[in-house]
Amino acid sequence: MNEALQRYTEKIANAAVEDMVLNMGPQHPSTHGVLRLELITDGEIVKEVIPHLGYLHRCFEKHAESLTYQQTIPFTDRMDYLASMNNSHAFVMGVERMMGIDKDIPKRIEYIRVLVCELNRIASHLIAIGTYGIDIGAFTPFLWCFRDREHIMGMLEWASGSRMLYNYIWVGGLFYDLPVGFEERCREFVDYFKPKMVELNQLLTDNQVFISRTANVGVLPLDVAINHGCSGPMLRGSGLKWDLRRIDGYSIYPELEFDIPVGTGLMGTVGDCWDRYKVRIDEIEQSLKMVEQCLDRLQKELKRTPEFDPRAKMPRKIIPKAQDYYVRCEGAKGELGFYFMADGKSEIPTRVKSRGPSFSNLSVLPEISKGVMIADLIAIVGSIDFVLGEVDR
Amino acid sequence: MSFEGIKALLAAKFGADIIVGEETGGLQSALLIDADRIAEVCLELRNNPETYFDFLSSLSGVDYGIEVGKFGVVYHLASIPYKTQLTLKISKENSRDLADLPSFPSIFSVYRSADWHEREAYDMLGIFFEGHPDLRRILMPDDWDGFPLRKDYKNAEYYKGIKID
Repeated sequence: MNEALQRYTEKIANAAVEDMVLNMGPQHPSTHGVLRLELITDGEIVKEVIPHLGYLHRCFEKHAESLTYQQTIPFTDRMDYLASMNNSHAFVMGVERMMGIDKDIPKRIEYIRVLVCELNRIASHLIAIGTYGIDIGAFTPFLWCFRDREHIMGMLEWASGSRMLYNYIWVGGLFYDLPVGFEERCREFVDYFKPKMVELNQLLTDNQVFISRTANVGVLPLDVAINHGCSGPMLRGSGLKWDLRRIDGYSIYPELEFDIPVGTGLMGTVGDCWDRYKVRIDEIEQSLKMVEQCLDRLQKELKRTPEFDPRAKMPRKIIPKAQDYYVRCEGAKGELGFYFMADGKSEIPTRVKSRGPSFSNLSVLPEISKGVMIADLIAIVGSIDFVLGEVDR
Repeated sequence: MSFEGIKALLAAKFGADIIVGEETGGLQSALLIDADRIAEVCLELRNNPETYFDFLSSLSGVDYGIEVGKFGVVYHLASIPYKTQLTLKISKENSRDLADLPSFPSIFSVYRSADWHEREAYDMLGIFFEGHPDLRRILMPDDWDGFPLRKDYKNAEYYKGIKID
């Protein structure tokens, strides 16, 4: 037994004498997956939170070390399973850059990739918002969010053949072109969905009970957020305009018009739970804007032609030259990174490390939940919006 | 600040022997740093107003293979004000004996995000970080034997008397 483990065991044993040690999870519904939070509590006050991870560890990195790059893509889908497209997009982009073919990808393919990624981001944020509502005690928004998300799931299933784990974006191309009629269906969805967002805002965002539960709760100061490696809506909720889609300008994002919503402390303090929630609401609107712009291009100058082959640029053998490469991109939860080590001889990477945004976002939880009430801890956990598939990988 | 600029800055501050090499062949250049002084280097890079690498994107433990007998850690830093990225690498030779883990200084005191990343590197590759306050396993169970991402790892047959298929 190593020294740190011994210290930890002693700490829990001592805490159990004076305080109460409570286990929240792994089966607790408000931990959003199989996360165990060990709470040291004094009455209703949480003195310390010790997260225990690993219940959903599926050895992504070990798999990636024994499979080719193309074969690993389905495994990336299973990391953040609520936004699979974004994961494979990041992975594929990294491999394409190492191969030096990232500039040869046809525009239509890039637009389709961004289109499906943004649709998937909307779906992921809808889950975040819906389940957050249910954590706080609002049941209806959850049903509404799932109803609208179902449209997106249906569309992506139509394109890729599966509902959640798509394996749609491949190195150098796509699995298939979009099905005929997809663009029209997608536009229909955007028109349907916009008024639904207004309804959702009326029901949840401006709801006084919801605001009382989330404003001024779980305040995450910007310096703490940066030092803990938080990214995505967590970091933007604390008031920093930091979006890798703009900073790195990868894929075709420089050609799209969108704003970066940040937390402003409208209902309380900058960086509280409500701010993080609001950033996600605003991001859905921005994503809808991007979807519309993609559709415009895909229906006009980049129209589908009979001879267009989305697999035309796919390399037969993926053997990048010997190098290390760290690719980062903006997943639905934040900075999603893959670190590749290629030896230049084999089709199998020597090491792949994935940096899941939820992993770093979750690591700030013990810091911002010292001295809060147990009920507020639920609000904080929900506002982080992590997916355990990505925390444990 | 450019890659060369950072090199000159570090050499001026800590002496030329702080940088033991560099890798410039690929898309991203990396600086190889003296393993024992990585924490000071990170602190300097974070606090210096000319570099401001305030964000640790990723920390990866690496096993360089059985023949090489070397373990390392790769740091990917990012600067939010300057929008730049930097890769630092440290490595050490090691005998692969489980009683003699490769050991590097922890950068927990510089970046709190290193906390869980270092625990993961310890869990997966058996890399020890000196000065880490809570270096327990993070993904595997506390009583797991061996380090799964090592190249010479043999899959466990039993866990707590239960056969693993």
